Amino acid sequence: MPKDHGIGASSKRREDVRFLTGAGNYTDDINVHGQAYVHFLRSDAAHGTISNLDTSEAARMPGVVRIFTGADFEGVGGLPCGWQVTDRHGEVMKEPAHPVLAQGKVRHVGEIIAAVVADTLEQARDAAEAIVVDIDELPAVVDMKAALEEGATRVHDDLADNLCYDWGFVEENKGAVEEAIANAAHVTTLELVNNRLVANPMEPRVAVGDFERGTGNSTLYTTSQNPHVIRLLMGAFVLGIPEHKLRVVAPDVGGGFGTKIFHYAEEAFCTFAAKALNRAVKWTSTRSEAFMSDAHGRDHVTRIELALDADNNFVAVRTETLANMGAYLSTFAPSVPTWLHGTLMAGNYKTPNIYVNVKAVFTNTVPVDAYRGAGRPEATFQLERVIDKAARELGVDPVELRRQNFITEFPYATPVAVEYDTGDYHATMDKMLELLDRDGFAARRKESEAKGKLRGLGINCFIEACGIAPSNLVGQLGARAGLYESATVRVNATGGLVVMTGSHSHGQGHETSFPQVISEMIGIPEDQVEIVHGDTANTPMGMGTYGSRSLAVGGSAMVRAAEKIINKTKKIAAHLLEAAEADIELKDGTFSVAGTDKSVAWGDVCLAAYVPHNYPLEDIEPGLEETAFYDPSNFTYPAGAYACEVEVDPETGHVSIERFISADDFGNVVNPMIVEGQVHGGIAQGIGQALLENCVYDENGQLVSASYMDYAMPRADDLPHMASYTVDHSCQTPCTHNPLGVKGCGEAGAIGSPPTVINAILDALHSGGHKVDHIDMPATPARVWAAINGQ
Amino acid sequence: MYSFDIERPTSVADAVAALGADEALALGGGQTLIPTLKQRLASPSKLVSLSGIAEMKGVSQDGNTLRIGGGTTHASVAREAGAFPALAALAGNIGDPAVRNRGTIGGSLANNDPSACYPAAALGAGAMIVTDRREIAADDYFQGMFATALEEGEIITAVTFPIPAKAAYMKFEQPASRFALVGVFVSQGDAGVRVAVTGASEGGVFRWSAAEEALSGNFSADAISGLSLPADDMIADLHGTAAYRAHLVSVMTRRAVAAAG
Repeated sequence: MPKDHGIGASSKRREDVRFLTGAGNYTDDINVHGQAYVHFLRSDAAHGTISNLDTSEAARMPGVVRIFTGADFEGVGGLPCGWQVTDRHGEVMKEPAHPVLAQGKVRHVGEIIAAVVADTLEQARDAAEAIVVDIDELPAVVDMKAALEEGATRVHDDLADNLCYDWGFVEENKGAVEEAIANAAHVTTLELVNNRLVANPMEPRVAVGDFERGTGNSTLYTTSQNPHVIRLLMGAFVLGIPEHKLRVVAPDVGGGFGTKIFHYAEEAFCTFAAKALNRAVKWTSTRSEAFMSDAHGRDHVTRIELALDADNNFVAVRTETLANMGAYLSTFAPSVPTWLHGTLMAGNYKTPNIYVNVKAVFTNTVPVDAYRGAGRPEATFQLERVIDKAARELGVDPVELRRQNFITEFPYATPVAVEYDTGDYHATMDKMLELLDRDGFAARRKESEAKGKLRGLGINCFIEACGIAPSNLVGQLGARAGLYESATVRVNATGGLVVMTGSHSHGQGHETSFPQVISEMIGIPEDQVEIVHGDTANTPMGMGTYGSRSLAVGGSAMVRAAEKIINKTKKIAAHLLEAAEADIELKDGTFSVAGTDKSVAWGDVCLAAYVPHNYPLEDIEPGLEETAFYDPSNFTYPAGAYACEVEVDPETGHVSIERFISADDFGNVVNPMIVEGQVHGGIAQGIGQALLENCVYDENGQLVSASYMDYAMPRADDLPHMASYTVDHSCQTPCTHNPLGVKGCGEAGAIGSPPTVINAILDALHSGGHKVDHIDMPATPARVWAAINGQ
Repeated sequence: MYSFDIERPTSVADAVAALGADEALALGGGQTLIPTLKQRLASPSKLVSLSGIAEMKGVSQDGNTLRIGGGTTHASVAREAGAFPALAALAGNIGDPAVRNRGTIGGSLANNDPSACYPAAALGAGAMIVTDRREIAADDYFQGMFATALEEGEIITAVTFPIPAKAAYMKFEQPASRFALVGVFVSQGDAGVRVAVTGASEGGVFRWSAAEEALSGNFSADAISGLSLPADDMIADLHGTAAYRAHLVSVMTRRAVAAAG
């Protein structure tokens, strides 16, 4: 019998009732009395000097409250970067100023030149058209290789060149890796591109700045995954507002996928303008604005070498990557190609020698930062693609080549600075193969061939580092923040309780899964537990939601706080039952004295805490409210084995995903239904990256794929039918260092699926006699057809 | 969008009169015009909505001719044009349900987007474009990307199709927009064989005469197996090179012929 509540139950997502009935409260639903609207005049040039900016006529247009330009922000801080990478020469990264509004120069299409605040949005747009702006265009820096050439146009005049940093990891391993490659029996080399993506959450970004003259308090309502981080960054580094005078609220948020982690200029502007004007200011991004102002993802160009000995054991991996930073450093941009990427280059394998080099490059494009998976998909893609290529070159089974190199003993310290606490890669491989029915593939291929299609099977393994992150470790690595999480558990007098968490739910279902944990611990119904999140005014300082961290880190903080509550209620129960505290047991919401029939209900104990008439006031305080901060001692390491079967139409190059199978090890699972939904969604995004999505700039820095007419998002009919789409999480090696034994599931699908799909396409092409080594993502029909035809 | 006046006439005559105003534009289903207005790329003084004109709606059959009102939505054509299954199928595969319930055949043909489906059907079936003032043969109507024989203020009131003995439309979708990267409509009827191609050419929808000739003697996919088009005038963009589009025209034509049986 599956459980119907608590840990392991597929409790229905309670938040969906409001989302599906139009009762959600998104930022755009928030309207402050008397608010004005801002329209941003954005650069249509990729790179240039603003030679003339005249707002005088526009300022006289109907309804205009005020027009702001860079001049209004001269004394205001720039947008800060939350991570500082130290490069292989011991130098810290180059960190150019990141102005809220352009200061005399524009560096990407979409950069804000002026902000028009008016009584209505249409008036603001009308006035923006009356602004006179002349830009003396400069050559656009778009291609990363060209950007690093001697004499290339510089994105930032005050920097020596376009190289943000040249990172080597682990630098001391470099010589040993070179030697291992030189002496290897076989070396497989692959050059590839990890395509640039636009996250495209269903809800575009929104910001509403408000200012209360009576108190001098500022409030920002924003579409954020981490309101406390925004409060800290914006308050301390941009606007100089102390945190106690600044409240940041991120209400219902319609998807984040990473791009809503970062602190954006529009948030700072609305908060600044509301104070300057003593009037609330609202901005709602259009979809077109989102394409040119939301941080993009991925965009790596990589050369990887895999060296093997004569027995096909991996002896070394060396990889060189160019990572696009865009025009400015977004909040966590420097960490993505380095610490979220280099540390994963061991994958599931016991390769002894690994060296990673990353050159981060400034270009005249939108800033690039974390997107679902962030660094880990880039690591997995290159490693698993080069392994697949090696298997083909060596004529060995790609499953067996992986198996023979699997890490099998834990804990395992990789040569790239992390220690895997636990895992069982053979188990996930076995489960995947069982679900796959590999023996039946030949018959399925024949069926496809009878229809004129080529069928391919791709398999893939991956590991990720989630549960981000141990603060002392990331501090050494360059993080300018801690990455703990917090929770306050407030029990009310009648026994119901509220968990105020620093984690933020924007689709993950925390409002359902967190109460399951409390229900399991205390034995009260899930509906006695309410989750409060997203408001700095009523939650403890938290670092927010990303990196598959909420349950592993935020959930652990909640467990710690709940443990404090349970300890206290046991003391109260012992007093009420006139027994020793050590004899008190809590089960199914009832405290009892071991070995007796004496008991008292959870609710009566809670009531006693708030109506302390018969209460040990000399020993413990009344009330029931506890806070815990949890800092993980290690990352968690979810891992999995994926398989995909595709059909390729050799006449058109069209690829259809016929089957997809994932076997994941997420450790313990709190809500299987939510986990499966997360994996389905992650795989859909991974298939989107593999087959459809591509953010393209032309040589002038113009964004070619600037709308859904040209940027292809995955749709239901791009995915396999649910009956052919199996997500399994039955292999469970619990995390050894957090109280729930959970690892995190949010990013797995997006990490594991892209190489699976590409491996399958190449297998299909080879079955048709097309000796294609690699196809860059997205494998569009045009690209597959060109590869088949040698074009 | 910029502000504008709107009129909702209930007859073609009133609509024509309303369109006499300076910078007035006809509004069909709005699937192109409304996004254009929202992006402030057009600033008409007045929109004349055609959606309230009952005489421009509906599908009717007269012998071997199918008449579709210019204001008929794609969804209606998909439902009601069963006498011409290839046309009904084409309409049922335009865009998504929201597009099909708003977009109209007249609007699509008046706009003549080089990647739209209906121009291929009109040209590939030898339709007649009926306006408030005349009838225009499809062969004379399409004049290049977004260009047609329509005069200022002229309204497509209906489109008449001779129902062919055999017909099929094959669309290879552009992955993002789902418009035709290449779409080919083939028909065989009283007027012979017609092959019309949308999505591929810089010149908009066109007839592939070499394929028509080859198929006239032998209406089978084999008859055109070696036939290809030069890539010279094909569209090249991030979704496909000119050579790829030229290749797809051959593939989709063969598949359309095979499907038409």
